Amino acid sequence: MFELIGIPPQALFGQLLLGLINGSFYALLSLGLAVIFGMLNVINFAHGALYMLGAFVAWFLLEYAGIGYWGALILAPVVVGLVGIVIEKTMLQRLYKLDHLYGLLFTFGIALILEGAFKHEFGVSGQSYATPALLKGGTNLGFMFLPFYRGWVVVLSILVCLATWYAIEKTRLGSYLRAATENPRLVQAFGINVPVMITLTYGVGVALAGLAGVMAAPIYSVNPLMGSHLIIVVFAVVVIGGMGSIFGAVVSGYMLGLLEGLTKVFLPEASNIVVFVIMVVVLLLRPAGLFGRER
Amino acid sequence: MSVKYSTTPSGTVTGRLAGKASLIIGAILIVALLAAPYVLYPAFVMKALCFALFACAFNLMLGFVGLLSFGHAAFFGAAAYATGYAAKFWGLTPELAILFGGVVGGGFGFIFGWVAIRRQGIYFAMITLALSQMVFFLALQVTGITGGEDGLQGVPRGDFLGLISLEDPLAMYYFVVAVFLVCFAFIWRIVNSPFGAVLKSIRENEPRAISLGYNVDRFKLIAFTLSAALTGIAGGTKSISVQLASLTDIQWQMSGEVILMTLLGGVGTLVGPAVGATLVVSLENFLATSGLPVTTVIGVIFVVCVLAFRRGIVGEFNAFLGRRKH
Amino acid sequence: MFKKALLAGVAVSALTAGSAMAEGISGDKVVIGVLTDLSSVYADVAGKGSIVAVELAVEDFGGTVLGKPIEVVSADHQNKPDIASNIAREWIDAKGVDVITDLVTSSVGLAVQGIGGEKGVVTINSGAATVRLTQKECTATGFHWIYDTYALAHVTAPAVISGGGDSWYIITADYAFGHSLEADATQVIKDMGATLVGSVRHPFPSADLSSFLLQAQASGAKVVGLANAGQDTINSVKQASEFGIVAGGQKLVALLAFLSDIHSIGLELGQGLNVTTGFYWDMDDETRAFSKKFFDKFGKMPTMVQAADYSSTLHYLKAVAAAGTDDGVTVAAKMKEMPIEDAVIHHGTIAANGGVIHDMYLMEVKKPEESTGEWDLYKLVKTVPGAEAFQDPKASGCALVQ
Repeated sequence: MFELIGIPPQALFGQLLLGLINGSFYALLSLGLAVIFGMLNVINFAHGALYMLGAFVAWFLLEYAGIGYWGALILAPVVVGLVGIVIEKTMLQRLYKLDHLYGLLFTFGIALILEGAFKHEFGVSGQSYATPALLKGGTNLGFMFLPFYRGWVVVLSILVCLATWYAIEKTRLGSYLRAATENPRLVQAFGINVPVMITLTYGVGVALAGLAGVMAAPIYSVNPLMGSHLIIVVFAVVVIGGMGSIFGAVVSGYMLGLLEGLTKVFLPEASNIVVFVIMVVVLLLRPAGLFGRER
Repeated sequence: MSVKYSTTPSGTVTGRLAGKASLIIGAILIVALLAAPYVLYPAFVMKALCFALFACAFNLMLGFVGLLSFGHAAFFGAAAYATGYAAKFWGLTPELAILFGGVVGGGFGFIFGWVAIRRQGIYFAMITLALSQMVFFLALQVTGITGGEDGLQGVPRGDFLGLISLEDPLAMYYFVVAVFLVCFAFIWRIVNSPFGAVLKSIRENEPRAISLGYNVDRFKLIAFTLSAALTGIAGGTKSISVQLASLTDIQWQMSGEVILMTLLGGVGTLVGPAVGATLVVSLENFLATSGLPVTTVIGVIFVVCVLAFRRGIVGEFNAFLGRRKH
Repeated sequence: MFKKALLAGVAVSALTAGSAMAEGISGDKVVIGVLTDLSSVYADVAGKGSIVAVELAVEDFGGTVLGKPIEVVSADHQNKPDIASNIAREWIDAKGVDVITDLVTSSVGLAVQGIGGEKGVVTINSGAATVRLTQKECTATGFHWIYDTYALAHVTAPAVISGGGDSWYIITADYAFGHSLEADATQVIKDMGATLVGSVRHPFPSADLSSFLLQAQASGAKVVGLANAGQDTINSVKQASEFGIVAGGQKLVALLAFLSDIHSIGLELGQGLNVTTGFYWDMDDETRAFSKKFFDKFGKMPTMVQAADYSSTLHYLKAVAAAGTDDGVTVAAKMKEMPIEDAVIHHGTIAANGGVIHDMYLMEVKKPEESTGEWDLYKLVKTVPGAEAFQDPKASGCALVQ
């Protein structure tokens, strides 16, 4: 059996698969960020906090309403989406006329409020959320033990990313959306209610974060701080993919997950930094990101 | 995409008036600073001053060049470590150690700027954020210098110029006041120089500045490096006066905090950031014993500032003066 | 000229204020400052519960000492050492605080202990793990109460090895705390003739530890040691169960986990995990009685940090009563003379370097079917006497130890 720089190939496959699973979360989150950015020109700093909210809603549903994982998978994103719509309608909307940076700062404030409130109410130790009974256990792939649930995460996230991409690129609604991104006034003149469309886009974007939160709940501890560590990495992913490029966000999400997985084998100490190093290199070579257009 | 932060409608009358108001406020502040240790707790005022300088240096970028950096904590923290290390292990006198901190901060600023300066607005913010996160992880790992999560403890205050011992709280206090005033005057000079005028023209209309033949990227890079170096001096001074440097200084939340200070005081005003910093530092002190959830309160202030109070305290004050004049 | 005169004036006033220290109780009351983390990552380990524990200790002591009232003040250092040191200085200089307790987080602990040493005020650390508090940075008035990284490694590793776990794989959080825990554990493993199969350092913090767990699984070591803390440990244990590490016959050992962490993980995922602690509520009648009082006030069982706050406050007050003064240096000396006897620590002593030496316990997390209630989480595997668990003060490098 050959070895690759001291690492047996089975271990390598195993790590790559794990990287793909982490990449699924990056992809889902950066997808939501890209959708929101494309339409609103706002970088949603609250994305990490809303991801956390998604996980907590799943936990609430189980704890107080007896609704399990499968129900939460539908309900929690809806709840998070509604929260997003309320935020957009009541506050964020007023900032579009101003510099985009105010959107970033506003959502940063929202993130602090959500995180602080949950820390205050539920402490920082986190809550435990059990893996759904149907997906308990795992299978031995020969090179690694794959828990069923992790396999499900990869499949579901790929499906959701494909569906979102299809909805935006191939449907009529998606074409309105893209048109409104380019020229909102013209689209408005065609009788399409652009403000409502913007609100819904924000709702859908954060619902994606909520969905990622539900998916994360059985793997990670459900914790008020779970989003704040992730959000900066996801920012870097979006920058690497090219801001506003949905395809770029998804592809670079999975890619960076894989790369991070590799670093965890070869140079584990650096696995937190690798994403940022790649970001710097990409920016120096292609300032607009891998799949972005120069604006 | 153009980035604008004019806090008053750009007319020379209000401009000059605001300048005059700033001068008066400045004079009051200096007197207040000299008298402060007899009324307030000096350690608290020193900390507020360090953060005031930090916010003013940060505002040099946000207020006068129009670039939002979300990575200034990296300069602040790196300089705090550098100063602390130089004072503790190389035995440098405090002023040299702080200067060294400024150089380190400026060095990091140059590197950040070199990577990020070609991008604008949100891109710039996110790139600086990611870079500062990288510096944070470095600080966590080079425990030989930073002490990791234990922090760099027991930084000696040393003797100013090798003569005056800063162990004396009042000597330390007036040293910090001096550093603050010198740097503040320097910032004032930058803003009111031809260089500063070019920066403002870049903020107002970048394509125009380019067409006038200015090498815009170079101007921005110089401004960014200066801002980082001044931030470094703030960080170094903090490290000497509080006698420690820790991961708090270099965490990205610190970058958020300095943005809040600047926003609250007034973006693009000279004294605004200093006012904002004093308020935020006092607030943190107050919240520590109040039993209120700190993060949430800070978040609410952020949201209120952005939604309803974008000129900040000093900006509103200037606008008020401007209205009365008309 | 003007400035110089001012300087001189203030220096004089500062001197006179400083020399006001006398026999008896300063300010006609004893003020206990609880400086803890109410809003950040250690809020569950210490936080509000620490304040409750201190208040309980004051209540149990009778509310007064030497006929003077006892006052408890508290503050949230937000995990920021510069806020903590500002509060500590202000407390000591302006508010007449006589003792500062809790001090969770090593950066805060070291900074405030330094200030206390400089000003002659007692500082009691029950939250931070770093051994530096009782080594080079020790002070005459600084105390380290319930655990440190040395004890964690020297309780867990020998007990697990003598139980047959003679080959180890260590997963370390890549920061000073993790490093020192790993170094201590590695030393013990070598000394006892066991083998260290491998180790890996993961970035701090890491949400996903599966890669590292997989490496540990592939190593074939009998014991997987977790040299990390808080969220990293919780996620490690959760994901170890997901990947079937314990089910596959490997033993999982958390070198540092608090009761609140295990409570959050739950027995389903946590069962079989080995944990070291300095206090557990369900040990004997005394611990149960104290914990019940605590539970009635707070709604949770005390962590070892919160229990240590109770024990240390009580011991401090006893020392004040015995010394007849609240002068920091005198009380600190008295505290070191007196043995610790209370509901939390039954027979403890304090070494010259300020380290408390008492029995430590190796626990195993119960299986769900063994547990009778929400907080019935541990069963005792082994009691390790203080002399074995803690570092010999003579080897600590503290200048106070001759």
